[in-house]
Amino acid sequence: MPSLGADMEHGKLVEWLVKPGDYVRRGDLVAVVDTDKTVMDVESFQEGVVADLLVGIGETVPVGTPLAVITQTPAEVGAPVGEAPPARAPAKAAAGPAQVPAQVPEAPGPSQGPPIAPPVRHLAHRLGVDPGRIRGTGKDGAVTRADVEHAVAARPGTAGRVRSSPLARRLAAELGIELSAVAGTGPDGAVTVADVQRAAAGEGGAPARGPEMPAPGLPSPELPLTELPLAESGAPAPEGPPAPAAAIKGKPSSEARERVASLRRAIGALMTRSKQTIPHYYLSTTMDLRTAVGWMQAVNAHRPVAGRLVPSALLLKAAALAARDVPEVNGFYDDGGFRPSAAVHLGVAVALRQGGLVAPAIHDADTLDLDVLMEQLRDLVSRARAGRLQRAEMADPTLTVTNLGDLGVDSVYGVIYPPQVAMVGFGRVMEQPWAQNGLLGVRHAVIATLSADHRVSDGLRGGRYLARINELLQEPEHL
Amino acid sequence: MNEHDARAAVHAAIGAVAPDVDLDAVNEDARLRQDLELDSLDFLRLVETIDTATGVDIPERDYPAVATVKGLIGYLAAHG
Repeated sequence: MPSLGADMEHGKLVEWLVKPGDYVRRGDLVAVVDTDKTVMDVESFQEGVVADLLVGIGETVPVGTPLAVITQTPAEVGAPVGEAPPARAPAKAAAGPAQVPAQVPEAPGPSQGPPIAPPVRHLAHRLGVDPGRIRGTGKDGAVTRADVEHAVAARPGTAGRVRSSPLARRLAAELGIELSAVAGTGPDGAVTVADVQRAAAGEGGAPARGPEMPAPGLPSPELPLTELPLAESGAPAPEGPPAPAAAIKGKPSSEARERVASLRRAIGALMTRSKQTIPHYYLSTTMDLRTAVGWMQAVNAHRPVAGRLVPSALLLKAAALAARDVPEVNGFYDDGGFRPSAAVHLGVAVALRQGGLVAPAIHDADTLDLDVLMEQLRDLVSRARAGRLQRAEMADPTLTVTNLGDLGVDSVYGVIYPPQVAMVGFGRVMEQPWAQNGLLGVRHAVIATLSADHRVSDGLRGGRYLARINELLQEPEHL
Repeated sequence: MNEHDARAAVHAAIGAVAPDVDLDAVNEDARLRQDLELDSLDFLRLVETIDTATGVDIPERDYPAVATVKGLIGYLAAHG
C-alpha cells in the first residue's frame, strides 16, 4: 500500500485491475485504493508477472503493507529492477516478494523460432500472438517488445486485442462499450480513459463531461461507425436537448455522506499538523492584470469554447515559473530539513461540490505550454470531482495554489500542506480603480498572497516570489 | 429555439456540470457563480456543453448576460 499523501496512514483496496498471471509493466495501473480523501488508481512499481494478490477487495491495510507479489521474469532477475515503492514499506516486505524465484507458467526452452526474451514471449502469449511467426528486428533477429506490439496492431480484425490501459478496459466494460469500436488517441493508438468516456458520451447523446474535452482548436476525434447511434463528433447535436441528466442526480447516499465526513476529518488532521508545526508567515500583493486579461480576451475571442483560457491558467503558470527563481517556496520540509525540488509539481486546491477539498498536482507545471496547462487543469479538476485521481497526483505536489477567489473572495491566505513549505493564494480577478503616474484608471487586478514556512524562508524571499509572479503576468504572451 | 427548449437545454447542461444542484428548487434568478457555486472552469464546461448540445457558442464578451439561470435561458432562446 503506497503512501498517497503525507497524511495517509491506511488505505482500503476497492478493486484489483489485474489478476494473477497478468503481465504488468512499471506504471501500469494495478489497483484502485480508497483513502480518506479520494479514490485513486495505484500503479505498479515493478515489471513482472502478478503471482499473487495479498490483499482482498474491501480490506483496509496500513501504508507499507505489500499488496501483491510480482515475480520478475527470469531475464530480469539480477538486473536492477524498479525502485521499491516510495511508501514506508518495510524493507523485508518490499524486497521479499520480488526475489521469489520466478514461477511463471511458461513454455520451456526457446528451441524454435527467433530468439526472444522471456518477458517479450510472455507479452506475446498474453496478447495472443505466436512469437514464432514474428519477424524479429532486434539483435540477431531477436523479437523485441515493439515487434510483438506491431504484430498485434497489424493483426487483422481480431476482436478484443486493443491497446488500452487497464483502467480504460475496465471502464469500457462498466459502460458496456466495445473497446475495439473506440478510436484510441493514446500512444500507438491506445485507447485511453478519455476515449472511452468520449465514446460513452457519444452513445448516450449526453453532453461531454470530464476530461474528454478535445484539445484546443482540434475537432473532436471521430468516432468509428459502429453501433453507436449518436456518435456526434463536435457537430451540432440533433434537435432537442441532450439526454436528461436525471440519472446522475439523486440524494447523497450514506456512503457519500460518510466520505465527506472522513474527508473533513483528514483535512482537519492535516491542517492541525500544519498549524502546529509550520511557523507560517503571510504576504500579499495586488497585481495589475490589465495586460494579462486583455491578452487572454483577445486570444479567446478567436477560439471555440473548448480552447478558451481562464485567468486561473495564467496565474498558475506564473506561480509555477516564479518558483524556479525562488526555490525556497518549492519543495519539502522533513526531518532532514528543507529539500528544494528541482521540478515544480503545482498542487491545485480543488473544492469538491459535496464539500471538502483535495489538492492534486499538475506535474512539471512550469514547463507546460499554457494551452496544455489549461487542458490539464480542466482534466484534473473534473477527475478530482469525480473522485478519480492517480497516486502520483496526490503524492507529488511541491507547492500548492488555492484559487478560492474564483468564487468571490478578495484574497485568501492558505494553510500550508505539510511537508510543503508554501501556499499561494489568488483572490478574485476584478476591475478596480488603479492609480498610476498621477492618473486614475480602471483595471483588472488580483490580490495574490503567499503563506510560507519561516523555517525555510523569510519575508524578503517570499516577497521576491510574489514580485516575480507579478513580473511574469505583465508579459502574458511569454507564459 | 423557443423558451421551453432553451430551458430544457440549460437544465440538462447544469445537471451535467453540477449534478448536485436540484434545479427544480432553484429560482431562475439564481446566479451561476455565486448561488450555484460554479467556478470559472465549471462555467467554461457549461458553455461548452451548451455549445455541443445546441450549437450556440456564447462568446466571452456575452458572459455578463448569462450570469443567471434566467439570463442563460433568455440568451439561448434569442440566439438558438
